[in-house]
Amino acid sequence: MHDLVAITALGGTEPRMDTVAGVTCSEVPDVALASVAARMGQENNVIKALEALIETPVPDVGQSAGAVICAFWAGPDQWMIEAPQDSHEGIATQVKSAVGNAASVTEQTDGWTRFDLSGPNLTAVLELLSSLDLRKATTGSVTRSSIHHIGCFVLFRTPELFSIYGPRSSAGSLHHAILTAMRSAL
Amino acid sequence: MIIDHPMLGPRDASEFTYLGDASLIDRPDWQADDAAEAFYEYGYLRDNPAGEHQELWYHEAGDRSWLVVTRNTLTHEISKVELARDVARARGRSK
Repeated sequence: MHDLVAITALGGTEPRMDTVAGVTCSEVPDVALASVAARMGQENNVIKALEALIETPVPDVGQSAGAVICAFWAGPDQWMIEAPQDSHEGIATQVKSAVGNAASVTEQTDGWTRFDLSGPNLTAVLELLSSLDLRKATTGSVTRSSIHHIGCFVLFRTPELFSIYGPRSSAGSLHHAILTAMRSAL
Repeated sequence: MIIDHPMLGPRDASEFTYLGDASLIDRPDWQADDAAEAFYEYGYLRDNPAGEHQELWYHEAGDRSWLVVTRNTLTHEISKVELARDVARARGRSK
């Protein structure tokens, strides 16, 4: 019998937390992710099925929606679905059974790592990290851009809470980039 | 350079990669009698206009959509940006 120890994307047994001048960057491992891409001609069926799943209208371009199960826009007729890992480990199966043959669903949980930035002056940090137009960043908006040449999703949850999803294999580089920007900007 | 993405608005060109002439959308029928000749032309022969040029750009560091950008090769002015799938479908392609 194997006796395996779960580790986070940064290699620790506990999620990493760093605080600089009141802004906290925390590693968030408790997330299950799946991507949904509507098949041609099935776009409306997928939207209806996702609405039933997230219990709110499907997010428009560059937006997110939902509570426990949250969907955010990833591309034309494509969304990412996020939910707590503890309660929704099988999120991809759940999404697939909701959309059926109308969409292609891919398990994404282990492909990504999430860092949450919380506190005041978050835009000062993000200005250094990316070329995003932060005047367009409102509560609920989502955008994909590159941070230090790493393709990331940035979710603006509230003015004092941003989530950054980056590829799990680049977790260390992304964490280093975020911390460097926090120390420079704050 | 800034590309005005039809869904996302103006985005920095560093988020995009360039593929080439938008005529690459018109892939020949591989079962046609003249397929070898058609693919030779498709693969190697390009117009080289001094003026308006339609080209394929990929929003690699963004929403990963393919775009058809109409750019003036003399002035670099971008006059039109469309989703490549809309252009392909308008030309009768099924995907």
